[in-house]
Amino acid sequence: MGEKILMKGAEVIAEAAIRAGCMAFFGYPITPQNEVPEYFSRRMPKLGRVFLQAGSEVAAINMVYGAACTGTRVITTSSSPGISLMQEGFSYIANSDVPCVVVNAMRGGPGLGDIAPAQADYSQAVKGGGHGDYHSIVIAPHTLQEEADLMFDAFDLADKYRIMTVVLVDGLMGQMMEPVEFKEWVDVKKFKAPDWATVGQRDRDQRNIITSLEILPEGLEKMNLRLQEKYRKIEKNEIRFEEYKMDDAEYAITAFGTVARIAKTVVGMARDEGIKLGLIRPITLWPFPTKLIEKRAKQLKFFFDSELNAGQMLEDVKLAVNGRKPVYFYGKLGGVVPSAEDIYKEFKKHMEGGR
Amino acid sequence: MEKKLIIAGFGGQGVMLAGELLAEAGKEENKYVTFLPSYGPEMRGGTANCDVIISDEPIASPIISYPEATIILNLPSLDKFEPMMKKDGLLVLNKSLIPREVKRDDLRVVGVDAQTIAKELGNEKAANMILLGVYVAIEKPVSLDSVKSAMKLFLKGKKEKFISANEKALEKGVGIAKEFLGGK
Amino acid sequence: MKTVYKKPESITNKPTTYCPGCPHGIAHRLVAELLEEMNLTRETVIVWPVGCSVFGYYFIGTDAVEAAHGRACAMATGIKRTHPESFVMTYQGDGDLASIGIAETVHAAARGEKITVVYINNGNYGMTGGQMAPTTLIGQKTTTSPYGRDPKLTGFPMHVPEMLATLEATAYIARAALDSPQHIIQAKKFLKKAFNTQVNGIGFSLVEMISSCPTNWKMTPVEAMERIRQEVLPVFPIGEFKVAEGVE
Repeated sequence: MGEKILMKGAEVIAEAAIRAGCMAFFGYPITPQNEVPEYFSRRMPKLGRVFLQAGSEVAAINMVYGAACTGTRVITTSSSPGISLMQEGFSYIANSDVPCVVVNAMRGGPGLGDIAPAQADYSQAVKGGGHGDYHSIVIAPHTLQEEADLMFDAFDLADKYRIMTVVLVDGLMGQMMEPVEFKEWVDVKKFKAPDWATVGQRDRDQRNIITSLEILPEGLEKMNLRLQEKYRKIEKNEIRFEEYKMDDAEYAITAFGTVARIAKTVVGMARDEGIKLGLIRPITLWPFPTKLIEKRAKQLKFFFDSELNAGQMLEDVKLAVNGRKPVYFYGKLGGVVPSAEDIYKEFKKHMEGGR
Repeated sequence: MEKKLIIAGFGGQGVMLAGELLAEAGKEENKYVTFLPSYGPEMRGGTANCDVIISDEPIASPIISYPEATIILNLPSLDKFEPMMKKDGLLVLNKSLIPREVKRDDLRVVGVDAQTIAKELGNEKAANMILLGVYVAIEKPVSLDSVKSAMKLFLKGKKEKFISANEKALEKGVGIAKEFLGGK
Repeated sequence: MKTVYKKPESITNKPTTYCPGCPHGIAHRLVAELLEEMNLTRETVIVWPVGCSVFGYYFIGTDAVEAAHGRACAMATGIKRTHPESFVMTYQGDGDLASIGIAETVHAAARGEKITVVYINNGNYGMTGGQMAPTTLIGQKTTTSPYGRDPKLTGFPMHVPEMLATLEATAYIARAALDSPQHIIQAKKFLKKAFNTQVNGIGFSLVEMISSCPTNWKMTPVEAMERIRQEVLPVFPIGEFKVAEGVE
């Protein structure tokens, strides 16, 4: 760990990716994340790495796909409308078992929407998003320091499971500044093409083919079962979450990313008034901490889910709670960010209703 | 200690620079810091404000809903933030651009003809630094030295020549704050 | 015994999925011969398209990836930029390249990506049953232009090499035909220049190969080749449209 640097969230993403050994960036400009490609465009050429602005998000993700097939640590970053365009590539990447990292700085939708912070791409990210049965690992930091750390993990997880890792943030996290301390640089000199990479056969005995195509249903079922097996392994090993003041909690907020950060203030406000409120913050949105929520349902009077959408993670919380306790919801739409006071007020309505 | 400040004005008045300076100064003192900018849709000349939090503890929400302190550089910002301020909050006002008086009587108001004073100091653009100096001297989220050393980090190369004028402006602000505190 | 014929090293023993009389086999052979002659087989990654040649990696034995429909040039860009030492080639049909993938193709060309594109134009979507393509001739009947292509409704055939040749960063752009031995020999010469263009690091290279589709044209293979000469080549003339300095 080095010294602390005061940095913009968008630049933290890029700098952390570079230090984590990201060798190539392909992307297309879109607000509110343009500082990310701009930062990469300054830094990558000086390090002898690849920066390329593609003709569209469709082209960008397929460049990522190509680079991923060579086992190169590769990234693209975009925001909601751009991420929608990339879904085709995500699906192909999933069934090709190649690793890459995608950052989505979510903005208000649907359609062109606005450029304000939102979390309305939760379902798109955690349920796949493109066609077919697949998942990507989805991680959601809530502070810039966590963002700096998780970018390293995003690449490690992608390589470990040969899967796409999505880092879900929002425009607010992209714009804000906070001091961060980066992990040690990954030594990229140690990188070599993995044995499955398509870089030309050279001295290898077998040639490598990467394809998501298998025309025989029985064969494609096998490919699918292998994917599912991989997903079960990830669900077993990689669930991450933070519990904040949950030991004695009678109520819990469930929230991720920026809202989770605001929710910590809400927890403080409640505790000041003697209300035993805690926070469950999934860090991996997929795999989702289902068992944890199921376990906590026993001690809680109710769950209170808050998101910058109309209730997307809410569905996963409800599946985990499975009717054992009430799950209430408060969401803001279209890029509106609630204050801690707003959330607390909504939370208390349900408390009073419960009495 | 946790200090929360909103700085608001037009783009081009140095709103973001003042906020970033304060954040950098906080970082240099090893405190927890968040800086959250908010721009209007315009690239230039629109409204701009930022939330700065400096704390000894990890900061939860970086958003300030009800400010305990504000530096207000123009009228639209006063109209927006005055009603939201906490009781007994500190309102540092750029009187050069704000024709009306503060309506509330439960705030600590320091009105400064910042642009005129800045002009006298030789750099009209340093109005933001005078107001920042006032705020830092009254609320003490960081030391003045930390702000000055942060300034050296921000004003490099071609901009280095602005350092001394800005330092003077900061100190002027400190002087005004002392008068204000002494006068109470 | 004296060997009078040998298949190129990279042509596999797998029977192809192409219809009888389809020129894909000829194009595959030209690619494979050149890879061997230029000692590139083991340096090569081929990006295969969606279309009849979707299974091309079964027939030409190099490292290979299978792109989404139209995205081959983008995928090739990702490979070549991160591995400039590899020989990276796309093999695409006219639906894949000129319709759904035209943006990826044009931008790869405009950037001067050091990749080679083998572009097979048979004037229709062969794999999906012979629908109209951007290259379908005026008046030509297909399953989605049953009364013949009407330029008032669907415009005119798209001339990709002529378009790309206007871009400054393209280095070698040509059109060949696979209808006759002479044209096939010429096609190989063009393709060799295209390969050289990449090997020598000059820039973007593309060779369009006018091909036939006997099945969907509802012709015998010989009739289909004759149609190329009679109807297609007058619209899509053979030639080199861009030869940058240093290309040989």
